[in-house]
Amino acid sequence: MSILPDSYFTYAKRHAGPDHDHYPASPIIDRTPITLPGGAKLGLWVVVPLEFFPLNPSGQPFKAPGAMQTPYPDLRHYTTRDYGNRVGAYRLLTLFGKLGLRVTFAVQGAVAERYPGLVRDVLSDGHDICAHGWDADSLHHSGLSAEVEDGYITRTLDAVQTACGYRPDGWLSPARAEGFATPARLAAKGISWFADWAHDDLPTRFRTEAGELAALPLSNELDDWQILINYTRPEHEWATQVADAADWLLDEAGRFNSPRLLTLTVRPYVSGLPYRVKALGDSLKDVLDRAGATGVTPRDLTRTLSA
Amino acid sequence: MHSDPNLYDFWPYRDRPKITWPGNKKVAFWVAPNIEFYELDPPINPSRKPWGRPHPDIVPYSARDWGNRVGHWRLMEVMDEFNVRGSISLSVAMLDHHPEIIRACVDRDWEFFSHGIYNTRYSYNMTEAQERAVLEDSIKSVMDATGQRIRGYLAPALTHTERTLDLLAEYGFWYSCDLFQDDQPQPVKVKGDNRLISMPYSLEVNDVITYGIYHQSPRAYADALKRHFDQLLEEGAETGTVMCIPLHAYLVGHPHRIGPFREALRYITSHRDDVWVTTAKEIAEFYMANHYDQTLADIARRGDARPGTGFNPQGGL
Repeated sequence: MSILPDSYFTYAKRHAGPDHDHYPASPIIDRTPITLPGGAKLGLWVVVPLEFFPLNPSGQPFKAPGAMQTPYPDLRHYTTRDYGNRVGAYRLLTLFGKLGLRVTFAVQGAVAERYPGLVRDVLSDGHDICAHGWDADSLHHSGLSAEVEDGYITRTLDAVQTACGYRPDGWLSPARAEGFATPARLAAKGISWFADWAHDDLPTRFRTEAGELAALPLSNELDDWQILINYTRPEHEWATQVADAADWLLDEAGRFNSPRLLTLTVRPYVSGLPYRVKALGDSLKDVLDRAGATGVTPRDLTRTLSA
Repeated sequence: MHSDPNLYDFWPYRDRPKITWPGNKKVAFWVAPNIEFYELDPPINPSRKPWGRPHPDIVPYSARDWGNRVGHWRLMEVMDEFNVRGSISLSVAMLDHHPEIIRACVDRDWEFFSHGIYNTRYSYNMTEAQERAVLEDSIKSVMDATGQRIRGYLAPALTHTERTLDLLAEYGFWYSCDLFQDDQPQPVKVKGDNRLISMPYSLEVNDVITYGIYHQSPRAYADALKRHFDQLLEEGAETGTVMCIPLHAYLVGHPHRIGPFREALRYITSHRDDVWVTTAKEIAEFYMANHYDQTLADIARRGDARPGTGFNPQGGL
């Protein structure tokens, strides 16, 4: 008698394509070329999360990256993260202003409610805004009832709308965590694009029971958390990797006659530190100085799917 | 449980009989793309959780799917550039999920070997009948889809039972990539008259370890690959060595990583006068025909041959 049931050896979803219905298989080499504004060959999409990390997290169903770590009250992590929203974010805004780079701020509802002035400053600097869930301890997962998860979504959209004056149609989940029903619940609440899945280098159509979303690519492998914090690489190695990526993508764009995207998440409490912000600035400038490189917005990206 | 698997005998790395690879080459070099499928909502094996977060753990899931949509094609392009055929560590269900990848590999005469059905179904707690079913599924499915009779195995997610290696030998596999005891092939001590060898694979120059555990930069990885190769080339003048680079397109295929890897591959394959750029199956076939008996005789001559077979130190069937 085995402790593994027969079902461990039957494979109900062993068929062509992924084991879910959100999108079909699609090798990138077979795609129709996309078009970016100005005929650009490399689109740089920078996403800046504005997160609120509660001092008393539930940690359910897991602790988000960046959450409190020491016993309550973990003032060191709370204030380190809050530094990002008070100082780091403004340092980044100044940097983006100098570069003339329009980026996307992913704003959590709790941040919009607590710091509406920050949201207004982001807007007045000409950046885009999407919703980023309620806070870093309100994670989306399959254990949530429809009522609770819908509540997270609505409360978030309401708070961000109150702060910025329009209802966001883009979404990034806290910790990029979802339950099985999350995409459909987002679509049902009027979200048109999201960036939780990292299954592609280009925008893709993402089916849900409540309609289609645009899935925007957003790398998990090259962002500041992964390279600087998780991998503990120094800033100059991060810059080298970003430059190597830009080189490769531009070359590929030429060979495949289709633009490529360099996507980068930068966190105010990571990249907005005094010793890092110049390295980030130099790195972004190095990318943008390349012939054919340009910053892109969510609208530029969703438009690639409308053809 | 045993304190020693007894799958191979001690065989010191000094004064070994000389291996000369075909064409008088010093290093047999092979590249092992792991072409894997990880399920979004796999059933649970009580010995190992498939994902860190509750299902669906979309961050690592989608990262792996990215490998099959984007990364694979980038890695394949680089291998084509330097005429390197892959020896594929295959999640056998990929035959069904992504036939477009399988066709591209068949077109290039790449070798397939089994890496289980899914990399989210683990061998732990399998009965003998269940483990046999996985091997039979692997052999038949790859044969039906590609015409290839698989001869190699790397257990899914490196999960084993005490009988795995014996079963491989019984089913006519030639090599296992599951053992990391050497930089040369070696006979594995299996039951009966079957012959099975350990094929040098690597957990040291494997991109999963480089990036997932060692957290190296892509350029540091490329540098390590070159130094690893230089050392094995130097030693290969005395007796032929094997170098394998195990890869995962979902890691090495990223645009910030593939360029440095390409430079390492260019460096290694620029030494073709000394390097046999080949597949695992060809290495196994050559070794078994020319050096299998020589190795056993050398181990016996040194007095290092121990009785019994794997997990069966007393011997006997």
